[in-house]
Amino acid sequence: MIRFLIKGILRDKNRSVLPVAVISIGVFLTVLFSAWFKGILGDMVDVNANFSTGHVKVMSRAYADNIEQMPNDLALLEVSQLIDSLSAEFPTLEWVERIHFGGLLDVPGPDGETRAQGMATGQAIDFFGPGTREPERMNIPSSIVRGSLPDEPGEALVSNDFAERFGIKVGDPITLFGATMYGGMAFTNFTVAGTVRFGMRALDRGAILIDITDAQAALDMADAAGEVLGFFKDGKYHREEALQVKTAFNARYEGDADEFAPTMIRLNDQKGLDEYLTMMDYVAGAMTFIFILAMSIVLWNTGLLGGLRRYNEFGIRLAMGEEKGHIYRTLIIEAVVVGIIGSVIGTCLGLSAAWYLQEYGLNFGAAVQGGGMMMPEVFRADIEPEAFYIGFIPGLVSMALGNALSGIGIYKRRTAVLFKELSV
Amino acid sequence: MESIIQIKNLTKQFPVGTGKFTALIDISLEFRKGEFTGFVGPSGSGKTTLLNIIGSLDTPTEGEVTVLGHSIAHLTHKQSARLRNQHLGFIFQTYNLFPVYTVYENVEFALLLQHMPAAERRKAVLDALEWVGLTDKMDSKPAQLSGGEGQRVAIARAMVKRPAILLADEPTANLDSRNSHHILQTMQQLNEELQTTFLFATHDEKVMGYLRRIISLEDGRVVKDEQIVMDKITEG
Repeated sequence: MIRFLIKGILRDKNRSVLPVAVISIGVFLTVLFSAWFKGILGDMVDVNANFSTGHVKVMSRAYADNIEQMPNDLALLEVSQLIDSLSAEFPTLEWVERIHFGGLLDVPGPDGETRAQGMATGQAIDFFGPGTREPERMNIPSSIVRGSLPDEPGEALVSNDFAERFGIKVGDPITLFGATMYGGMAFTNFTVAGTVRFGMRALDRGAILIDITDAQAALDMADAAGEVLGFFKDGKYHREEALQVKTAFNARYEGDADEFAPTMIRLNDQKGLDEYLTMMDYVAGAMTFIFILAMSIVLWNTGLLGGLRRYNEFGIRLAMGEEKGHIYRTLIIEAVVVGIIGSVIGTCLGLSAAWYLQEYGLNFGAAVQGGGMMMPEVFRADIEPEAFYIGFIPGLVSMALGNALSGIGIYKRRTAVLFKELSV
Repeated sequence: MESIIQIKNLTKQFPVGTGKFTALIDISLEFRKGEFTGFVGPSGSGKTTLLNIIGSLDTPTEGEVTVLGHSIAHLTHKQSARLRNQHLGFIFQTYNLFPVYTVYENVEFALLLQHMPAAERRKAVLDALEWVGLTDKMDSKPAQLSGGEGQRVAIARAMVKRPAILLADEPTANLDSRNSHHILQTMQQLNEELQTTFLFATHDEKVMGYLRRIISLEDGRVVKDEQIVMDKITEG
């Protein structure tokens, strides 16, 4: 009987090819968009975390109160000791120091006189420390347009836009005019090792990236840093664990009245990201739900039509003495088989497309450029375990439900009118 | 010949609006094994209703109908399905073959419902196709058959399980004269060879020419029940 039914499914395109195609398309879209929504959201969190907020951030209380100004005169002191203590107490996180600074970049001509000047916002990260992951974390290697990563102290990366505007080439000297931690003037020469383009206006407008030790030397910040960022070692942000870390750390300094005592905040606590993340979670959830619901209705309808189209066949089978329950069960089994085939095909296609988007992404640079918000230029998908089964909800359940619903008609069918119905 | 169908004081009513329509009134009949009988009469006379009840597709409102020892009124849905599956065959006005299956598979379906072993099933299907002269068409699809061939497949499908009773509702209504005679001769031959009881609902005179018993119905009542003595015509 099973072979008989399989033959029927394979030969009747309306029972196989059409529903399988509809299910595959529906499941494909569900898997792809669900993975893509996840990816875009995750990327936005990652970009903010990697470039600015960390998964958690430690600052002095005074710095935290004026965080928008990133005031280095209120920086943390004895940072090495603090990082050692953080690493020991919270080993699931990697701790790094960062210094944000602003200043004037002076570009000298061949004669040593100023050729061009421009305002620059800089960030100092650990380029040379043993096992440092900071360049990769900030996606610097793949953001380099010309030149290379700094090889030694005294080298800097400048934004490609800035370099083009002022005609700066790799190997050119530049001078940073800034303010030391104690309010004095700072003049430091750097050699341009390369130019970078992150695709985010906030970073590309006038950025300079230098090593943290260079910044500490230039800004008179020995063993000091504006911020110490903590990143979960698996690279993913864990909201609840971050809260526990923050609570435990801050509890340690609760009784300390010193305004330079360290304080910790989570990614959520920064730049209104909490509301944003919560809202985006709802939006992503709602979009996925609406999508699944829409696909479910389409596939349910396919199941319903399939059942109704076979009204005559069921009539003959009833007349020939097949039990109603048996016909109903075979209908559901067929729907489940077709649903599984369609869901598997759709999931494979969806995962393939999602993998492509995960690897290469879609470049929306033109659309997001100019925005002040840190957003990735390339929108990528993120294949999470749920991508492997989420398509089965519309694909399998809806198809089976549609057929189950249309199949109820089998039980309501009056055998007394079969002769009339089957004589038309 | 043994009696296989007994009908006593059968009345069948259908609800129509707030009232009732009486389709069969106080019918008492008996059928023996191997009969070749037809219910004749105008539309609305109750022919198909009577076939429905004998075929356990419907139940009597009053009276008693016993088919092969089973009281139709007391059968559950499952029991009537089993009775149809094992002992009754149906032929419809339109052939109602499964379009995606071959002739062989259409005929085989009846036996799949009986869970017959494959080798036995194959032999039975080939026998049935031979009875109706369609062995050479066994791999064809219904769409590739003529009307007469389609109805012959329907006969093979109904007969393959060697039912005790075959019920046919206007089996020649969609066939031309030549095909009608061919079909009827096939059925007559199967009736004689297998001793299957054939019950027809018809108003086709061609069918009537083959019947050995004609029961005339009018407004739900039996108005005539006559045995036909067939004259053997020897040609030559």
